[in-house]
Amino acid sequence: MKRFLKIYLDKPELAAMVLLVFLLVIFQVKSDGVFLNLNNLRGLFGILPEIGLMVIGVTILMICGEFDLSVGSVFALMPMTMAVFLADGMAFIPAFLIGMAACAVIGFINGYLTIKYDIPSFITTLGMLFIARSLTIVVSGGFPPLLPNDLPNWLFTVFVGPGDLFRMSFIWFVLVAVLASLMMSRTNFGNWIRATGGFLPAAKAMGIPTARVKIACFMLCSMLAGFAGMIQVLRLGSPLPSIGEGWELQAVAAAVIGGTALSGGIGAVLGGVIGAILIRVIDNGLVLSQVDANWFKFAIGFLTIFAVVVNSWLGKRAKAIKVET
Amino acid sequence: MTQPIISVRNLHKWYSGVHALKGVTLDFAPNESVGLIGDNGAGKSTLINILSGAQEASEGEVFLDGSRAVIRNPRDAMDLGIETIYQYNSMVPTMSISRNLFIGREPLKFSFMGMGIMDRRKMAAESVKAIADVDLHLRSPDALVGELSGGQRQGVAIARAMHFKSRVMILDEPTNHLAVKETAKVIGFVRGLKEHNITGIFISHNIHHVFECCDRIIAMARGEVVLDKRTEDTNMDEILSVL
Repeated sequence: MKRFLKIYLDKPELAAMVLLVFLLVIFQVKSDGVFLNLNNLRGLFGILPEIGLMVIGVTILMICGEFDLSVGSVFALMPMTMAVFLADGMAFIPAFLIGMAACAVIGFINGYLTIKYDIPSFITTLGMLFIARSLTIVVSGGFPPLLPNDLPNWLFTVFVGPGDLFRMSFIWFVLVAVLASLMMSRTNFGNWIRATGGFLPAAKAMGIPTARVKIACFMLCSMLAGFAGMIQVLRLGSPLPSIGEGWELQAVAAAVIGGTALSGGIGAVLGGVIGAILIRVIDNGLVLSQVDANWFKFAIGFLTIFAVVVNSWLGKRAKAIKVET
Repeated sequence: MTQPIISVRNLHKWYSGVHALKGVTLDFAPNESVGLIGDNGAGKSTLINILSGAQEASEGEVFLDGSRAVIRNPRDAMDLGIETIYQYNSMVPTMSISRNLFIGREPLKFSFMGMGIMDRRKMAAESVKAIADVDLHLRSPDALVGELSGGQRQGVAIARAMHFKSRVMILDEPTNHLAVKETAKVIGFVRGLKEHNITGIFISHNIHHVFECCDRIIAMARGEVVLDKRTEDTNMDEILSVL
């Protein structure tokens, strides 16, 4: 029993999970049962993948010991780049690939500069936040291009599932989350990511190519953010240059709420996913409970701090439980 | 004399103007446990960094079993059978024992371009065995390294080096920051290396520790070897006088 308790107290995503269940009950009661009805869940699940995909990338990068503030801007840049090529008459797949390649390049630059010049990724990606946002507006020429009508919406945004509960984007989200989770827990690459973020000198001494591991994580993070942005643009039907503003911090908050440590080495993809769900649930639940929507940011801020405090406390409790080692 | 397992010839290292290693030439015999002592800046860390691949020599050669060895990075050294256990701990505290044992050398079920799915059952089974081999009693290979005591961590690091059939084990100040009891344990590990046919190079500030577990003592000062004797042919006063 003690051992069981210790294992679970040590799980960083636990606090977020408990909180999520707690909030679901509160919002369900406060909204007179509207919160968990089909229509509302459909709306919730429709938007969740967009922040969720971004959070997965941010979580993995944070486990690797780095940090990306440019995801919100990349979120807008990828669909804008794609839309410009689409408006030029290019087919979807090449335009999509160009957009993703742009994200990969941005991720590479973030990682390369951070490692080569040994600067905090906070600084490199802060710079990239402005650069990518500016590029988004520049390539659009100030007027967002019209999207053609023959886009593969069936692959990304149509409703599917029982009672049309989910959009296709949700399937993508689940798929990416499962793959990312398996990558972290089952593959040697996942082991290297955690070692690199957990204790860099040891990872280096054991011969792990830490620079390459970090750059790969930066690239993955940017590409997931760009992919998420494309899904939002397909849902909205128009590539607005302002989408994703402020999302970089929400994504970091989601990862932290889910138990990922800013210092690296600790965290799980599942935690990030729960953090993302929490953020969407709060946004939606506050409105349905007829609370002033301006409390949203307060709630996110409070939760971020609260989650870290609770996790730190739980970790100490877990350590204090003596089991034979 | 038998063929030395490692020979270094005329090793030099300059750091932007500082001549840290001034032509060191040494032979290490198989199964020998050698204590390397010296003050800060004596060049002992530089010497072992070159052997472990953390740094490259400015000049000079390293021979393994009589043939020239090129060690450019830690991985090269590990592939040659030279494992290094660092004073700051070569373990990732936020990961489990079994994951730590196999960092960078995970057994894979299948792989593509060096990436693949880890064989976790094999990792768990082999780490239990590896830990038992160094007489370390741990409940589970899934425990986090961060929860182990300093001595236990060094034990796991030594178990790792033994598991990968290392032939030369370099221990860089493994007894720093350890409690007295823990230190005794680590010294016990070093004594046990011989039974596993491993050559040990034990770096320490502490002359007492070196006398307790080494066959031969090398003292360095100002980038040069100043004393190289069998343990029974020297004493602490002599060593202190040359440092």
